[in-house]
Amino acid sequence: MQLTLWTYEGPPHVGAMRVAASMRDVHLVLHAPQGDTYADLLFTMIERYDHRPPVSYTTFQARDLGGETAALAKRSIAEAYARFQPSLLLVGESCTAELLQDQPGTLGMTLGLPVPVVGLEMSAFSKKENWGASETLYQMVRAVLSDRACVPTPPLRRTPLVNILGPTALGFRCRDDIVEVDRLLAQLGIEVNAVVPLGATVDDLRRLPDASFNIDLYPEVSRPTAQWLERAFGMPYTRTVPIGTSATREFVAEVAQLAGVDPRPVLAGEHPGTAGLASSQSRAPWYARSVDSTYLTGKRVFIFGDATHALAAARIATETMGFEVVGLGTYSRERARDVREAAAALGISALVSDDYLEVEQAVAAAGPELVLGTQMERHIAKRMGIPCAVISTPIHVQDVPARYSPAMGFEGANVLFDSWVQPLMMGLEEHLLQMFRGDFEFHDAAPASHLAATGRPASDGRQPSDAPGDAPGDTPAAADTATGWTPEGERELRKIPFFVRAKARRNTERFAAERGLAAITVETLYEAKAHFGR
Amino acid sequence: MNQVAVPLALQRACPAPAPLQLPVLRERGQHEVFCGLTGIVWLHRKLQDAFFLVVGSRTCAHLVQSAAGVMIFAEPRFGTAILTERDLAGLADANEELDRVVTQLVARRPEIRTLFLVGSCPSEVIKLDLAKAAERLSARLLPAVRVLSYSGSGIETTFTQGEDNALLSLVPILPATEARQLLVVGCVADVIEDQFRRTFEALGIGPVQFLPGRRAANLPSVGPGTDLLLAQPFNGATVRALAARGARVLGAPYPIGAEGTSAWFGAACAAWGVADERRTAVLDGPARRAARSLQRHREWLAGKRLFLLPDSQLEIPIARFLHRELGMELIEVGTPYLDRTMIEAELPLLPPGVALSEGQDVERQLDRVRAARPDLTICGLGLANPLEADGFATKWSIELVFTPIHGYEQAADLAEVCARPLRRRALLTV
Repeated sequence: MQLTLWTYEGPPHVGAMRVAASMRDVHLVLHAPQGDTYADLLFTMIERYDHRPPVSYTTFQARDLGGETAALAKRSIAEAYARFQPSLLLVGESCTAELLQDQPGTLGMTLGLPVPVVGLEMSAFSKKENWGASETLYQMVRAVLSDRACVPTPPLRRTPLVNILGPTALGFRCRDDIVEVDRLLAQLGIEVNAVVPLGATVDDLRRLPDASFNIDLYPEVSRPTAQWLERAFGMPYTRTVPIGTSATREFVAEVAQLAGVDPRPVLAGEHPGTAGLASSQSRAPWYARSVDSTYLTGKRVFIFGDATHALAAARIATETMGFEVVGLGTYSRERARDVREAAAALGISALVSDDYLEVEQAVAAAGPELVLGTQMERHIAKRMGIPCAVISTPIHVQDVPARYSPAMGFEGANVLFDSWVQPLMMGLEEHLLQMFRGDFEFHDAAPASHLAATGRPASDGRQPSDAPGDAPGDTPAAADTATGWTPEGERELRKIPFFVRAKARRNTERFAAERGLAAITVETLYEAKAHFGR
Repeated sequence: MNQVAVPLALQRACPAPAPLQLPVLRERGQHEVFCGLTGIVWLHRKLQDAFFLVVGSRTCAHLVQSAAGVMIFAEPRFGTAILTERDLAGLADANEELDRVVTQLVARRPEIRTLFLVGSCPSEVIKLDLAKAAERLSARLLPAVRVLSYSGSGIETTFTQGEDNALLSLVPILPATEARQLLVVGCVADVIEDQFRRTFEALGIGPVQFLPGRRAANLPSVGPGTDLLLAQPFNGATVRALAARGARVLGAPYPIGAEGTSAWFGAACAAWGVADERRTAVLDGPARRAARSLQRHREWLAGKRLFLLPDSQLEIPIARFLHRELGMELIEVGTPYLDRTMIEAELPLLPPGVALSEGQDVERQLDRVRAARPDLTICGLGLANPLEADGFATKWSIELVFTPIHGYEQAADLAEVCARPLRRRALLTV
């Protein structure tokens, strides 16, 4: 039994959902009790899907437990096929169903459906979300290619073909990473055979062996599939993940070598170690070398995320930004070794944990000036008043921006530069802060001037006090007596959520003023509320 | 669920009940509804000295966190003891493990006075006896911490029934009293509790207690002199248990909308012999003010056709309010679980022949939504964006649970929340 407050990863069947929801013609039936449909909202709300994820739930209840659950599973599978007509049906279980041992995958296979039915064993009580995604992708690819165990070498083509493996729904910036990687490949004259699973069809899976090698873009999800394709079809796969300028250059070299093409169409324009805009397709190297960025030197940064993004961030932090990495960690236990090695090279020890409180303690102990993490670390940093940028899943709705914002490739390097620098205090502002510590606007707790107030109690619209260190708190100041708030009225006002409180205050005061009311009571507050509506 | 007959004496304030023979469509299929664990999201904010420990799986932890949208509390007063394969292998070990986790938790959070062990689907299926565990742990930890247990599992509870089970676990430990008092049952926002208290005081009704109050350690008492007034329609089991301790239920519609709120207070007035003049003097002003505030939303909602998918069991009172006070037409009122004893006073207020449905087969229900083409669909978060993309205006039902909607002063807020999707659609031209 493990005490958990917040989790970095969901259960493995959520990983299966991410793979199913990535594909265009796959449906997943989950043997699961009521409540497990909560996971639908991850897709429809966080990623703003305009359709439901292709998942059906059997919704068994306590009264079914006597032996009805298997029949219910069978019926649900048949109904899901009839309604959604997928090209492939995945059948999985959430944690509770695993305990029932109904074997819904096997039941599904006995239905004689005209499409492949893939049963998933999710090990809900020992595994987690990313493992579930990688296992689902692997099982699905194996099932589709089972009758293609060994194919002759693909016919010689003028342009080499490659598969991109790993991008999924609810991954970090996967939507835009694909575009960016595709652009690099096009510059090298390499054609993409299939992107799997995001946007793929079952036919795309069938065509995987037509390519000459695979790009293992998100090893957390696609490494087992890449390894199996290598074993079964002799297809090599890439080891470099193109996050950051340096890694992107190395990725191009690796891909060019695997494809047998000239890397120069891309690399001829890359001049590592030089200054100026001509040093790279990416602006990030020059921006980092510009004098404006000198204030970044030695900034203490704490990095936590999935292994792929944490490792990449550590490298960019040191090589591009000139930060000092004071903490590096991951919740991806499967890749703990890589992260430990990277941390050791930085002279620190890695934090491998999925315990949110342990991460929080580590952040507090390291005392960083910037946190690069997941949405969990965003909350940790917010509470501690430390600037933060999100670099990895788990994400929230604000990490799925409308604009093009990849993490990979040369444009990804630009995006990361901007998004890491933006939360920080600008160079000169930081100096002024050092010079005028007692300044009421520039005191230690003041946020960067280009950012909305954070780390201070939410203002409710009153003028901030003039005295340094006197935060706008909850004690009604003398000014309030002038506007006529009675203590009861004031107390009632404070029960209104802070984000509409300022408006309620203004409206009520206006209402009272217009009617010449001397005292603002609870009654006045609600009269005003009724008067103005919202 | 045990059916203890409760005399729901209907009061003058609401019309005489019509025979309850509304046809109800009962459906089995995929339920797109949360399980009872979700109630922790609001219960832990209300009960400020309580901790809710789910004994379940990673799915349970992920569900509560996703439903709550990760909140920024340093350490939330809820967590999950995640069962691992080792716990499944032997129940004796699971009990030892639970004791270890609770000890760890209590040491870490010394300010906790009440600890709820919350059962889940996996803990129910492996038959981990949390009631026994709670007794064992209470014996060890009292007087510092009282340990209680209830089930929020999806195989037994739907969404708001989690609150019912949580409150039910408190009933046996409520102090006994013979004194005449009013007990309001059901979790409401603090601002509502304060408004209700002021109104009862003005009416001369008291003492008034709330279940739950703001501290689990500071419990209301109950006994033969206790009148129950129900703030939420989903606490049927709790109400029956309170009735079994001698309390009397004052039948009334729920305090949703001006009409519901007037009838609700009216039921208390009748039971407490409040003079008509006093009742009128206290209630008429706020009622008229609420009715006035509704007018601006009426122009958006009147005549519009409404489809409610099942979510919180608040669907019937909300539908009644939107129909009677805002003139909406009801296409279908879906509710996850229909406890007739709890909505006896509501049903007669619904238009004759309204389509009620209980349970869910979400695919078939969505077929009906598409066929009926409602002007507004109230549904869960998993369905809202997909329906919007299909051209349907939607209101997320969970906002109706997480927003103060009870009482006079919030009637217009509830109307506004429902009118906003329509207003927004009219605004956007992109």
